[in-house]
Amino acid sequence: MSDSTLPAPAERRAPFAPDWGMRIFGVLLIAYLVYAASQLDLGLGRFVSGLGEGGRFLARMFPPNFERWELLVEGMLESIQIAVLATFAGIILSLPLGLMAARNIAPWWISGPVRALIAVCRSLHYVIVAILFVKALGFGALAGVAALIVASIGFVAKLFAEAVEEISMKQVEAVRSTGASPMAVLIYAVLPQVASRFVGFGLYQLDSNLRNSTLVGVVGAGGIGGTLFAAFKRFDYDFVSAILIAIIALILLAELVSGRIRATMR
Amino acid sequence: MSATTGDTLAPLRREWIRHTPAERLTRWVMFLIVTAAVVWAVRTIDIIPEFLADAPEQMGDLLLRMWPPDITYYGTTVHGALIETLHIATLGTFFGFIMAIPLALLAARNICRFPALNALAQVGLVASRSVNSLVWALIFVAVFGPGAAAGVFAIAFRSIGFVGKLLAEALEEMNAGPREALRAAGAPWGAEMLKAVWPQIRPAFWGVALFRWDINVRESAVLGLVGAGGIGVVLEDAINFFQWDQVATILLAILAVVLIAEIVVTRVRARLL
Repeated sequence: MSDSTLPAPAERRAPFAPDWGMRIFGVLLIAYLVYAASQLDLGLGRFVSGLGEGGRFLARMFPPNFERWELLVEGMLESIQIAVLATFAGIILSLPLGLMAARNIAPWWISGPVRALIAVCRSLHYVIVAILFVKALGFGALAGVAALIVASIGFVAKLFAEAVEEISMKQVEAVRSTGASPMAVLIYAVLPQVASRFVGFGLYQLDSNLRNSTLVGVVGAGGIGGTLFAAFKRFDYDFVSAILIAIIALILLAELVSGRIRATMR
Repeated sequence: MSATTGDTLAPLRREWIRHTPAERLTRWVMFLIVTAAVVWAVRTIDIIPEFLADAPEQMGDLLLRMWPPDITYYGTTVHGALIETLHIATLGTFFGFIMAIPLALLAARNICRFPALNALAQVGLVASRSVNSLVWALIFVAVFGPGAAAGVFAIAFRSIGFVGKLLAEALEEMNAGPREALRAAGAPWGAEMLKAVWPQIRPAFWGVALFRWDINVRESAVLGLVGAGGIGVVLEDAINFFQWDQVATILLAILAVVLIAEIVVTRVRARLL
């Protein structure tokens, strides 16, 4: 695209030459966006009336109402429990699944199906998974834990498999050449090379599970999300803002703590 | 190395231990914290044992009801909703970028020289990121009423933080040389941005755009659960009517779109970068 070497004077291009491919792409993109906006009925009038509504909404949210703090604390604690359990179980399950999905460790007839399973876990949004588990396991925290376990597998197992595929095979060969059993090869040659990255993925997943566990309640899978959704439905917007403040505080705190841990691990 | 005595073999006699005492202590503390957290969560979480006991049976029942998927339902309802979901994702990404670019310019310390504005932009980006897209959708449903408009704005506001953060990082990492050269030639601010800054961050820009679009396709599929348009509305209806064969069709459609979006994004990225 851009000229990094100096061309011969005869074929010198104009400086700052227009990029016609990019322009055509831009025109097409804008045409599509206009079409999509008209399909979705996104007019300016709607936007303007929305601004007025937004002002009213913010005004009703404004003094956050912490009167029902017991409900708030209860929901937050349940969310944290969901996140802890889902992360723990998800990591435990991701360890074997990640190893089975790594193409340099496992034969293709194991890695193929396991990779497909992980891809399905990753493609389905955790809220959709939570709906299915709510129907199957009933309302409550159990469904949330199950949904977030699926999400954790999709993320941790995939990254773990990629990390395992990047390891140096020299150490694996060295341990194998001593006559070690496959299990010993895993423990002494594979895992030491990826252990620190695995801990990092787990930490990241705990962070992301904390965020998501505050939301699965919207579909009835336990945690603060249920309280939030109920408050929204009853137009208790001052309680809504209190819950939102609590959720954001929790997420920022988790980010801070995990950032600290990651910094000390490095 | 032993300077005091003549015992040169001392280092060899030292017993090798894998971890220093401090390392072992942190390991134990970590182990204890993890165990304590899990035990606390298991003991106090509100899980109804009966629900856990008949879980496999219920799962089997659910899957049986889902099979076979009601394929005819795709043509009548699912297809239109799916297209709407894609529109929401693309428009949301676009509006997100429009709002994220100024914030990214303000947040990048080498573009905007006022620390106060840097901090302010960072706060905006963090605020956008710490509110989940479903919560943004709830808020915009309250503002705009149910419908796709709420979904577009939810996706856009959720994208700001992610896009702005990555763009600001790309801006801060770029080479200052071309900008200084243009400025020395007397170029105005706009020309400097267009001809020195933009070419340098263009790969990062398109990479972020594709990446975020992929995420937004996933997220816009669930926004309908709170009334913000797209395929989620159809999914919610089918679930509420216990039409599990239709639910299966919708889930398969979402799965297919998400996988196709991911493949497209990976292909385009590989060609672009």
